Amino acid sequence: MAPKLPPQHSLQQSSTAVAGGQSHHEHHAQPKGIMRWLLTTNHKEIGSLYLIFSLVMFFIGGIFALVVRAELFQPGLQLVEPEFFNQMTTMHGLIMVFAAVMPAFTGLANWMIPLQIGAPDMALPRLNNFSFWLLPVAFILLLSTLLMPGGGPNFGWTFYAPLSTTYAPPSTTFFILALHIAGISSILGAINIIATILNMRAPGMRMMDMPLFVWTWLITAFLLIAVMPVLAGVITMMLMDINFGTSFFDAAGGGDPVLFQHLFWFFGHPEVYIMILPAFGIVSAIIPTFARKRLFGYASMVYATAAIALLSFLVWAHHMFVVGLPLTAELFFMYSTMLIAVPTGVKVFNWVTTLFRGSISFEPPMLFALAFVVLFTIGGFSGLMLAIAPADFQYHDTYFVVAHFHYVLVPGAIFAIMAGVYYWLPKWTGHYPHERLAQCHFWCSVVGVNLTFFPMHFAGLAGMPRRIPDYALQFADFNMLSSIGAFFFGVSQLIFVLVVVLCVKGGKKAPAKAWEGAEDLEWSVPSPAPLHTFETPPVFHRTHPSE
Amino acid sequence: MSSGSYYVPETSRWPILGSLALGVMMVGTGIKLVYDTGTPLMLVGVVGIVLVMGLWFRDVIHESMGGLYDAQMDRSFRWGMGWFIFSEVMFFAAFFGALFYVRTFAIPWLGGEGAKGVSALLWPEFIAQWPLFNPPDSAVTGPEQMFSPWQLPLVNTLILVTSSITLTVAHEAFKLGERVTCRNWLAGTVLLGCCFIVIQGVEYYEAYNHYGITLEAGIFGATFFILTGFHGVHVIIGTLILACILVRVWKGHFDNEHHFGFEASCWYWHFVDVVWIGLFIFVYVL
Ligand code: HEM
Ligand SMILES: [Cu+2]
Repeated sequence: MAPKLPPQHSLQQSSTAVAGGQSHHEHHAQPKGIMRWLLTTNHKEIGSLYLIFSLVMFFIGGIFALVVRAELFQPGLQLVEPEFFNQMTTMHGLIMVFAAVMPAFTGLANWMIPLQIGAPDMALPRLNNFSFWLLPVAFILLLSTLLMPGGGPNFGWTFYAPLSTTYAPPSTTFFILALHIAGISSILGAINIIATILNMRAPGMRMMDMPLFVWTWLITAFLLIAVMPVLAGVITMMLMDINFGTSFFDAAGGGDPVLFQHLFWFFGHPEVYIMILPAFGIVSAIIPTFARKRLFGYASMVYATAAIALLSFLVWAHHMFVVGLPLTAELFFMYSTMLIAVPTGVKVFNWVTTLFRGSISFEPPMLFALAFVVLFTIGGFSGLMLAIAPADFQYHDTYFVVAHFHYVLVPGAIFAIMAGVYYWLPKWTGHYPHERLAQCHFWCSVVGVNLTFFPMHFAGLAGMPRRIPDYALQFADFNMLSSIGAFFFGVSQLIFVLVVVLCVKGGKKAPAKAWEGAEDLEWSVPSPAPLHTFETPPVFHRTHPSE
Repeated sequence: MSSGSYYVPETSRWPILGSLALGVMMVGTGIKLVYDTGTPLMLVGVVGIVLVMGLWFRDVIHESMGGLYDAQMDRSFRWGMGWFIFSEVMFFAAFFGALFYVRTFAIPWLGGEGAKGVSALLWPEFIAQWPLFNPPDSAVTGPEQMFSPWQLPLVNTLILVTSSITLTVAHEAFKLGERVTCRNWLAGTVLLGCCFIVIQGVEYYEAYNHYGITLEAGIFGATFFILTGFHGVHVIIGTLILACILVRVWKGHFDNEHHFGFEASCWYWHFVDVVWIGLFIFVYVL
């Protein structure tokens, strides 16, 4: 039985609305050249800025990772000083989390949320520009710490006190201030996204009509507003301990280093969901499109996302099983962590069920989305292993943890971002990405990712500690494989840049509805989307009643 | 949902100038803290931020008074302000959380409770108590005594609660169109805010000079100052905001439909008030 193609959401709006150029956009001369980018209030331009920034940072963070992998190619110390090695692991983590993955998702949100809900722009466009331009300021400051006397941050991206206070390099103060700026950027960006989603939907679009990318971002923005201030609080306490003689994290004065970990992970665990929920949204858009079926279980996807977000506030101490928690706490956090696997399982189930008996085609976005489902699930399983407190006593701080979170973040978050980029590039540029090159990029990435991170499971289970520049001889083979994989993966990302550049320059022309099975609102505006869309609000017509 | 005329502003130079100013301030602060110089840079940044905020708000006020904002825009501002206050709640939650954790877990454990037993090896003499007059290590000097909550802190509580009431009266008067009454009550609120700040200043002076409560006085001083300090900063900002609103009411900027600036500052002020009540209970009384 051939699955029936879902009808498209239809729109009514005047033709001038799409073409742009309403009168109030003309009465000032638009700044030209570079000034246009510096001062823009347009969600599409700001979205592009975020994405370009994120791509640049992805490569900078990647180079740091390659320094680490080069040193670990063989046992012994060859290339860099241990002090510098520590700075590289730290900076790699910080840059990838705060400057690559998070801004990439915000860039996609900027571009796509107004298009998917039929809004003329973000709710607060100037604030949007402010949120973006804080990022270069923050990360130039952060990167500059590498050149400061005593070197940059060297205590890992989790910056545990007292390593990051009493024993930290002088540049730590600058690291804290840079993180404050980045945090302000995230909070303001999240406020903007929430206001946009709650207030700017096209007339007739209810919450339960919103595409899942919008839903997942709504919930992500809530998480951001809830936990970024806690991060701001904990780094402020560090700042005080370092510069003003307080003893928040110093037991000598009655404080507690473990307090740092509680506060950090209260932020840190929701943070990992901040990096994956929008990815769920992207995948939930792509799979139905290329399976040519409606998403299975839309409502359960929404509730599962909300459940994951709420539970994520109750599991933070699974990162702290070995610090000496009371037994009740070990048990509570073990079970609550395992509970999260239930809504996560609902999601994976729905994706697979959507694929079931679909008429599937394997365009580049779909390749990445399918790889996401498989490889992310591997990361979920290793997470479950880590969630078993007594087992984690063994796994903690080994390469097994590194394998776990790289499986959820690289073929998870990053693959979803790339899937989203390939999916929406026709909308942004009016051209399809080069199919052969994109496939080449995909296969190189899949091979590279697995070659890099799969051996880390074994090295970790065999006891190799993380964040150490040297290791015992029995880990040599695993590490050599990982390093080869890492360089292969890193180099293959240049193909991605090539595809994007070629796609901006030209390529096969894409129609408004660039993918046959795509049905959300963004496919109703021309490709490339004109600078101003939906200036007169469209009327949204529900084609799937009562979802 | 939409009335079809959502105002999307032109390009603006304030956001990028604002982020540059913030960057300058942060770099200046960093240099000041680490190398003990750089104050001028910090001040340049602060002045820049104040200027940018002023000019940015001026644009918003002009647009608002030019009738460019519709009801949907008003809702955007409401959602924006509401979630901003939520983020502030979470910021304070981190500090309250630290206080609770230290009082219920860290200090009893240092005193030997539970299965921890670390302190028995490190500081066998240590006795758990709160306020912590005797930090575990003799290198840290604890506070000498704690304020009675029923003197200055109580006065400050009464001041802030009263100020929330006077502000509400001002707002109600405004909605009834009684501009003069509104102005007076608003001025009274600003005055109460100033009184609070002065009294808090006196208390800090006392803390340092007579009570031995300092930033260096172990975890008690740390939690005391981070909570009351950030709260005090919020009162100062809130008072400044209300003073601006007072001027704007004076100038006739608001009418019955359009006065979200006024309402937003009321929300903010009430939030600051509620935080204080939490502080009064958990920092001073209990
Ligand atoms: C079924 C879902 C998941 C479970 C049960 C789970 C469980 C865990 C546990 C128990 C740890 C601590 C391991 C240790 O340090 O000993 C951990 C670490 C980590 N997880 Fe997960 N996780 C899950 C999903 C995710 C997702 C979706 C992400 C991100 C997108 C993620 C990112 C991380 C990161 C970054 C760390 C390591 C942090 C560090 O120490 O540097 N996890 N996970
Ligand atoms: Cu976690």
